[in-house]
Amino acid sequence: METTATVSFFIQQVLGLVGGLFLLTTFGLIVTRQLRANLTLFTIQSALLAASALTLGYARSSTHLLFVAGLTVVVKPLLIPWLLRRIVSSDIFARRDISQVLNIPTVLLVGLGLATLSYFISRPLLDGADAAVRTNLPIGMAGLFLGVFAMTVRREAISQVLAILSMENGAFFAGIAIAPGLPLMAELAASFDMLIIALVMGLLAKKIHERVGTTSVGELVALKEDSTRWNS
Amino acid sequence: MFDRILFNFIQVLVVLTLSPLVKGVIDRLKENVQSKRGPSIFQPYRDIWKLFHKDEVISDQTTWIFRLTPYVVFAVPIFVAMLIPVLTSYPLFFAFMGDMLGGGFILALGGFFSTLAAVDTGNPYGAMGASRTRMVGFLAEPVFMIVFFTVSVIAGSTIPYIVQQHWVTPLANFLAPSHVLLMVAFFMLILAEAGRIPVDNPSGHFELAMVDESKGLEYSGRGAALMKWGGCMKFFVLLCIFLNVLVAPWGLAHGQALWEVLLAIPLVLAKVLGFILILVAIESSLAKLRLFRITEFLGAAFVTSITALIMQFFEM
Repeated sequence: METTATVSFFIQQVLGLVGGLFLLTTFGLIVTRQLRANLTLFTIQSALLAASALTLGYARSSTHLLFVAGLTVVVKPLLIPWLLRRIVSSDIFARRDISQVLNIPTVLLVGLGLATLSYFISRPLLDGADAAVRTNLPIGMAGLFLGVFAMTVRREAISQVLAILSMENGAFFAGIAIAPGLPLMAELAASFDMLIIALVMGLLAKKIHERVGTTSVGELVALKEDSTRWNS
Repeated sequence: MFDRILFNFIQVLVVLTLSPLVKGVIDRLKENVQSKRGPSIFQPYRDIWKLFHKDEVISDQTTWIFRLTPYVVFAVPIFVAMLIPVLTSYPLFFAFMGDMLGGGFILALGGFFSTLAAVDTGNPYGAMGASRTRMVGFLAEPVFMIVFFTVSVIAGSTIPYIVQQHWVTPLANFLAPSHVLLMVAFFMLILAEAGRIPVDNPSGHFELAMVDESKGLEYSGRGAALMKWGGCMKFFVLLCIFLNVLVAPWGLAHGQALWEVLLAIPLVLAKVLGFILILVAIESSLAKLRLFRITEFLGAAFVTSITALIMQFFEM
């Protein structure tokens, strides 16, 4: 019902701009070398998601989307970074180099390929869709792909947590445009879910850091069967 | 007809006389940020004046390239200044002689000669700086290409006078995602091309760390003055391309009257000042990148420009 509402040209440009910046921060999440910058970029990305929901809510005059925007602002850019900063010790955040499987220019090029791919595969779905869907669906899809890619390429636990959260952001970004009629309960549950994910994974990373002394996944390749280190 | 020639002349004169001022203001503001008083904003004029009155020493091992290069470096930005909108929003006498790609090629000619001249002297620092500049140059090249492609896709032309009108008709076009992303990408390009801080430190005096500066180390007297002045003008021309063509044509003269063209000078300078403030904020808050991280910086610019292109293509 609401999807058929026409969006004015100006709002459409604003939506596109927010989408472009969202895509850019997603790229940033894969290539930043510092964990602190990584977290900042995630915060910005979540704020952009909220901005997109806000713009869309205004354009379609739906209180439901405005509520989603408010919920996103509270949970994603504020609560989750605060939680991660609190749980994870600060010397992990101060580390300067996150190790990667591939070097950064290669990662950028593969990421570009993925973004283009998401535009191609969402093309058939977009015939006759309204402008907001045409902007948000491919970008949200690209966010999903790039999130998965970031998880495979990064060798640092906290970065991988942020990657899975940014994947969720991508799914949300597409979702607010294509499924505006989702019951509020579902949104609430999803947001709560995110919070729990961040909490559990953060705690897990903290425990690993306490036990093993590192959270870089690349070094956690062998099972420690003998009890010399684990029980110390 | 006579008016247009006069305006063109004024345009070149503005580039010639005001470009050292831009450098002076940047240097002054950077020192001010660090709580120092800093040199006068007219210091670059004095430097150039002083250098013109000094003797010139040229090594007898060098060839004609070394002697010709300062004149090429000095003349090239003047040619580009004739092609691009510096003060007027309507095309002038030479506007259709070359498009943005043409301007890029002409600027590249200056870079080509200064690279050759740096190698010509046999000074090891010169060759090192030249090869590094080329490295930055060829990494920046694809970004330039994609930016021009995107511009030509959006505006249907690469003539700067036609492109600039597109961003503000209607005004919502200013916020178009491809436009904003292009601005970001081109801004990063200017930082790389002009040797500003994340890529190169323009005020560094340590030869081993130099990228751009070490090419002119062998020049003295008049040659050094021309190289310095040419460098200032190149920066000013890049700023004009960025601010007047890619950002918005605000502040340019629309009418044919002489006073409107003259009024455009302070307005354009105000725009340049706004750019300088952002530049100083960036230069004061970032550190210079290690040499092999420049690839990543320009890779980021490349991704930004490609994103602009993708969004432009698929949204239509």
